[in-house]
Amino acid sequence: MPQTLEELEELTKALQEKRAEIKEEINVCLGTNCLAIGNDETKKSLEKRLADKPNAQNYRIKPVGCHGLCAQGPLVIVNSVANEHEEIVYEKVKNSDAERLIDAIVGETNPDTIKDLRCETDIPFFTKQKKIVLENAGIINPDSLDDYILSNGYHALFYALTHLSPEETIEQVKISALRGRGGGGYPTGLKWESVAKAISDKKYVICNGDEGDPGAFMDRAVMESDPHRVLEGMAICGYAVGADQGFIYVRAEYPVAVERLKRAIKDAERNGLLGQKIAGTPFSFSVEVRLGGGAFVCGEATALIASIEGNRGNPRQKPPHLSDRGFNGQPTVLNNVETYANIPPILRNGGEWFAGFGTEKSKGSKVFALTGQVKHTGLVEVPMGMTLRELVFDVGGGIEGGKEFKAVQTGGPSGGCIPASLLDQPIDYESLKEIGSIMGSGGVIVMDETSSMVDVAKFFLEFCMTESCGKCVPCRVGTAQLHNLLDKFAKKEASQNDLVLLENLCQMIKETSLCGLGQTAPNPALSTLKYFKEEYIAGVKKEIE
Amino acid sequence: MIDANVQRARTKTLTINDQAFSARSDQTILQVARENNIDIPTLCAIEGLSDIGACRLCLVEIAGQRELKPACTTRIKDGMVVSTDTERLRKHRKTILSFLFAERNHICSVCVSNAHCELQKMGAKVGLTHVEVPYLYPKLQVDASHRRFINDPNRCILCLRCVRVCDEIEGAHILDVFARGLEARIIAEMGRPWGESENCTECGKCVQVCPTGALNEKGLSVAEQHKRRGFLPYLTTMKRGR
Repeated sequence: MPQTLEELEELTKALQEKRAEIKEEINVCLGTNCLAIGNDETKKSLEKRLADKPNAQNYRIKPVGCHGLCAQGPLVIVNSVANEHEEIVYEKVKNSDAERLIDAIVGETNPDTIKDLRCETDIPFFTKQKKIVLENAGIINPDSLDDYILSNGYHALFYALTHLSPEETIEQVKISALRGRGGGGYPTGLKWESVAKAISDKKYVICNGDEGDPGAFMDRAVMESDPHRVLEGMAICGYAVGADQGFIYVRAEYPVAVERLKRAIKDAERNGLLGQKIAGTPFSFSVEVRLGGGAFVCGEATALIASIEGNRGNPRQKPPHLSDRGFNGQPTVLNNVETYANIPPILRNGGEWFAGFGTEKSKGSKVFALTGQVKHTGLVEVPMGMTLRELVFDVGGGIEGGKEFKAVQTGGPSGGCIPASLLDQPIDYESLKEIGSIMGSGGVIVMDETSSMVDVAKFFLEFCMTESCGKCVPCRVGTAQLHNLLDKFAKKEASQNDLVLLENLCQMIKETSLCGLGQTAPNPALSTLKYFKEEYIAGVKKEIE
Repeated sequence: MIDANVQRARTKTLTINDQAFSARSDQTILQVARENNIDIPTLCAIEGLSDIGACRLCLVEIAGQRELKPACTTRIKDGMVVSTDTERLRKHRKTILSFLFAERNHICSVCVSNAHCELQKMGAKVGLTHVEVPYLYPKLQVDASHRRFINDPNRCILCLRCVRVCDEIEGAHILDVFARGLEARIIAEMGRPWGESENCTECGKCVQVCPTGALNEKGLSVAEQHKRRGFLPYLTTMKRGR
């Protein structure tokens, strides 16, 4: 049980020595995606086969989080312990492949016998990524505190507690220029500073793990792959702003994430990494998991807090902002999972290190869930400033089935569709906003020539319509009216008047809705109207003369 | 007894529609406007209950701010320049009212609240001559199980006045919202028929604050369906002094 930074370092060293006793780690991806296609069974078969081998003690089979290339899953990754950079990835591994895989790994058979399972790792999908948040994903066992400590876990927290004042901690976050990864892009350091300066005996730190956009699974993957990192980020935030209580709000549809987070909290508390007097300092911090019912609107800060308080998850008008009146009416920091996950490496390597990646105004990297009609669907982390073309065609491997690219949708239901002509735009908060979309939390949906953009807009409006809390009139009724109008275009039954009405209503809903859900709900319709208007015109039936 | 917030409040000056006013810093734009006879349309706001900014009719323009803000929940600031009656706001108000009329059944001629309805009056006030969006007309079940009152969700505009008065003034919290979006409904006691509610005090405050015919009294003719709200300022004052 480490009490000081030195003791933590000693523990890390001891764990490293213990690990060096084995030769290779056979990491089996047990992210939700690989679990869903049976990797759990494959893991059992691998273990069974390995147990019979005379040199079994040289190998360790380890469950890990999402490795990223979900399209080729289930994945098994063999990591050499002696040489950390050597990694062999096996793709589309079936339960029946377990025997020959183990036989070849332990050297009983020629490696060529499993050549068909080898995944090329020198493709741009791997080489063009910059992993900061996901540095441990697919490498460590999310249920093992030892594994996290081995990868320098909790060092940043202990360092901050023993070497930095709360102000200096915030200063590092400010220097890093980290912006909120939930989508808004608000400077994290500034947010922390407002709460740190608020006068109150009690303050709170809340992590938004509600993620509900169609096609997005970034936060889920981080919580499932590296739960301790999120806790460490929250604890550092607690120290910086003067809070001793944190909550992680996770939707109940993420049972794997919930289970791993709860276990991580228990393990961390048992080992003195969370709880009372951390690192022998007066700082105490505890974290609780709160389950959400799966309402998209609860991603909205004020609605999320209402939900944690046990009320209906409705948003309220801001101001007052959370830095004045958050949970229980007290100053509260609310960031999303990815934002907190960025904090430990920032403190470990310094704010300037982080600010060295990305563009002038958008620093660091961004995790995206790449989905749709693209070859390499999965979880990727790329430096800010990479162009959309690189993301879709290099990292994503281009369009599947030899079809033409048509559009890419970023930012989830609140985002917009970007046409081929704007593919060279860099990915950063400002550029995406300029072209009518947003960064959002990081869902990226790629569409090919067969996609109807009216249908796409209708899909997102339907989502917003059913997810609207119903509190304010423009969002409750407006999204339904927009959806019905889009349905008319999709059925080619619209009139010229409908086109005018559609544009007017989009603008009106944007300007009058109470919270972010309503204010951004018309974005998919607005962006497709801007770039694919001919598809809407095609939906106008010929007016009777 | 003076409220602690009131004690801390400072006097500020602001401009509403080119007229200068002074007010306390804890007041909202709507309160200051009402005190000075400036009419800002509202449906969900009612004096004596908490403000929720839900109907969006009271949106105003504030100089230097791109976003429109609801007058009912926005506190005044020194030097604030507010416009309550611009072309943009008039247009939005008409659309919001259009949305409300189109959302459920608001055919006045067959409504118990005809001529006593705030939605009806608001339509006339903002000059709504026609509804610009298609009617949605869901068929919703009327709950007439209560001995004295009727809940007709077809006339409801979800202003939540009933929910707030039941919670904040009567202290019973029988009424609440069920489901979300267009499916949202006012329900009694976790969704049971209102007449079977064991905790409803039958005070009728919800019916009196309802702006439309959604909550109405049994046994009264259309001409008699006046809403009596005299109790609200009195009870609010009493509550504050408690």
